Amino acid sequence: MSQAYEIVDHVYDVVVVGAGGSGLRATMGAAQAGLKTACISKVFPTRSHTVAAQGGIAASLGNMGADDWRWHMYDTVKGADWLGDQDAIEYMCREAPRAVLELEHMGLPFSRTEEGKIYQRAFGGMTTNYGEGTALRTCAAADRTGHAILHTLYQQSLRYDTDFFIEYFAMDLLMDEDGVCRGVMTWNLTDGTIHRFRAQTVVLATGGYGRTYFSCTSAHTCTGDGNAMMLRAGLPLQDMEFVQFHPTGIYGAGCLITEGVRGEGGFLVNSEGERFMERYAPSAKDLASRDVVSRSMTIEIREGRGIGPNKDHILLHLDHLDPAIIEERLPGIAESARIFAGVDVTKEAIPVLPTVHYNMGGIQTNYHGEVVNLKDGDPDSIVPGLMAVGEAACVSVHGANRLGSNSLIDLVVFGRAAGLRMADVVTPGAAQPDLPKSMDDAVMARFDKMRHASGGTSTAAIRDKMQRTMQNNCAVFRTGEVLEEGQKLIDDVWAMMPDIGVSDRSLIWNSDLVESLELDNLVRQAVVTMHAAANRKESRGGHAREDYPDRDDENWMKHTLTWFGDDGKVAIDYRPVHSYTLTDDVQYFPPKARVY
Amino acid sequence: MVEFNLPANSKIKGGTTHKAAAGAKNVRDFKVYRYDPDSGENPRVDTYEVDMDECGPMVLDALIKIKNEIDPTVTFRRSCREGICGSCAMNIDGTNTLACTKACDEVKGDVKIYPLPHLEVVKDLVGDLTNFYAQYASIKPWLVAQTPAPPDGERLQSEAERKEIDGLYECILCACCSTACPSYWWNSDRYLGPAVLLQAYRWLVDSRDEDQGERLDNLEDPFRLYRCHTIMNCTNTCPKGLNPAKAIAEIKKMMVARQV
Repeated sequence: MSQAYEIVDHVYDVVVVGAGGSGLRATMGAAQAGLKTACISKVFPTRSHTVAAQGGIAASLGNMGADDWRWHMYDTVKGADWLGDQDAIEYMCREAPRAVLELEHMGLPFSRTEEGKIYQRAFGGMTTNYGEGTALRTCAAADRTGHAILHTLYQQSLRYDTDFFIEYFAMDLLMDEDGVCRGVMTWNLTDGTIHRFRAQTVVLATGGYGRTYFSCTSAHTCTGDGNAMMLRAGLPLQDMEFVQFHPTGIYGAGCLITEGVRGEGGFLVNSEGERFMERYAPSAKDLASRDVVSRSMTIEIREGRGIGPNKDHILLHLDHLDPAIIEERLPGIAESARIFAGVDVTKEAIPVLPTVHYNMGGIQTNYHGEVVNLKDGDPDSIVPGLMAVGEAACVSVHGANRLGSNSLIDLVVFGRAAGLRMADVVTPGAAQPDLPKSMDDAVMARFDKMRHASGGTSTAAIRDKMQRTMQNNCAVFRTGEVLEEGQKLIDDVWAMMPDIGVSDRSLIWNSDLVESLELDNLVRQAVVTMHAAANRKESRGGHAREDYPDRDDENWMKHTLTWFGDDGKVAIDYRPVHSYTLTDDVQYFPPKARVY
Repeated sequence: MVEFNLPANSKIKGGTTHKAAAGAKNVRDFKVYRYDPDSGENPRVDTYEVDMDECGPMVLDALIKIKNEIDPTVTFRRSCREGICGSCAMNIDGTNTLACTKACDEVKGDVKIYPLPHLEVVKDLVGDLTNFYAQYASIKPWLVAQTPAPPDGERLQSEAERKEIDGLYECILCACCSTACPSYWWNSDRYLGPAVLLQAYRWLVDSRDEDQGERLDNLEDPFRLYRCHTIMNCTNTCPKGLNPAKAIAEIKKMMVARQV
């Protein structure tokens, strides 16, 4: 190592890594339980990507028509293409109304109905009576629901006795020889110091890894750092082949245009002016689930009915809506469309394209948020001291495809569940063992090596290669041939990493080094995503194989687990999908054809 | 005597010019404030020639291109790149705004990029917002109510009541307004500044909140509120089109109203 790094020590009952919706909710829960809690984030909490969620948060409040959590559960099971664990889905849908009301009680500025209740809008795949009608289930604060949730949760966090460590970059988990998580090693960007946090429980709330792709709605900071920490700790990730393409990213810029636009009556047209979704989803039309809409758009473009000189995008109309409705319910996307597409949405359509948006896969957990692993034949073996929530986690409630507005509810329900679990299983102030120095050394050696990397290829160049490979070879439609090529190309990207060159050697706000460490995180996830996609020989939800066009429940009704070795090799195994519910209040929904 | 000169270590020196690749036809100069805390050297302004034919439309696109292709040491905050997270607030062409929503075309001549004014600079375009965040916490930005919330429902709020917090809750805490305010420049230790007062007003007019009296008491102070001299830089500069100056005026009206 170039120098001995001085390490500042901290001891907490609970350390939460990440301060988005799920991280803040888990932090709050731990603090409420009287646990000494720290929350570590590489960005100030309100900069976390939850802030960008627009359309709303699903809960069967029934404020605007009959609703039932069982209908929400059915929709989620079907949206997930039966890869979701139904015990966890039951938990989420049952708890959803309570979690949303809790947010309202905290002061969240929801839009309102005439009766003064929380306003709810239609969203893709959300139905009444097990698929019969359109549900108004998605609770909204105009089209800034994520912003409202994140700010509300941050505001609440100021009330509790919690220590925030802001602009600290988490490098690696501290795992002991028995496979117990003992803490996390971090780097304080502001003054360049290294901080070691010991904790009885570490909660990873580190979000998704959208930035593995060239075009995504995700923020620059969505690099899946927690997922990569898992892989480096020799732990697997689950269902990484399932990547959601949001139908309506702004053409070119990739910024999100909420599904709420279609929920409020907007629709997609091709170059012939046709509302083509009527052909693909006669019943749900533009409100079919996202994987279905994104595939339909891709087919339209592929068959020559795209818009523009290159016939490479689709138009989203909302110019027929009352401008007053747009101003009241969709003001944010009106602003985004003006800035990023030069479009006045009251007069013109928005040019859109399916854009990478969400990772269904991630860290396998049970519905309490505890990380599980396949160990000695037990697929639900708990990894002591480690939890995961939010987009980083794969509970799995979203299975092979997430429904719009189920992400925000996932954050608060499972953030809350993690807090409740910690209240039960973590003892305030319990003694923690000292950690051997060798544990620090391994982490710091990796950090130091990257800091002084002097290879010939820039971080940006490797990142660009990775992003283009994922975009080209692991897209909306996949085939064996393209994925096979993709495996080779993405393995080549991993092989470039030893030649990385970092220019900035400093420790204070060295964003060149941050981006390089993030790239190391991203590439690992890109590799396992590509290999998992090549491995799954069926089509299910967001994973559409042209060479295997059908869902194959007999062989593939199972979660993929992927490990990533230091040699760059991917190992694959499986966990069963939970084919049972949590209680007798609802029956298991057996698989059937998925038609919208 | 009052010392009006800048401290010697604040004087900005000329920096390096990084030439565009040969063959670039549509070149613009980006002049970027640089400060390296490790070197102990004075800040400088580096010039980067950027080929706009190979660059996205926004100032953030240009900064990322500079970092990716010319100089990886250039340091700035950024995240969502769509104007909602508030990370990339900086001073561009003399105005505080978000780099991700500011089009390069809107700037005439060289594009000059500085950190938000009057913050301690941590490095390059990264300013220290610790005081700003502490002030935000000081106004208790959360719902306070003695009446218990209904166990099985929301606190009701009419559409008209809800409309009162439109134009307020949308704040992204980017700090563009506060760091554009001369009064805040002089008195940021005691004056709360426009962003925080906008949020104070957001809670004062939320029909569900029951803490109006205490909230006003907390603001009744020669500095916290009354250092606003309606200069209006805050409203002019807000990248989200909000109007903190109006919110501050409304708070002052509430103060008067409760005294008569």
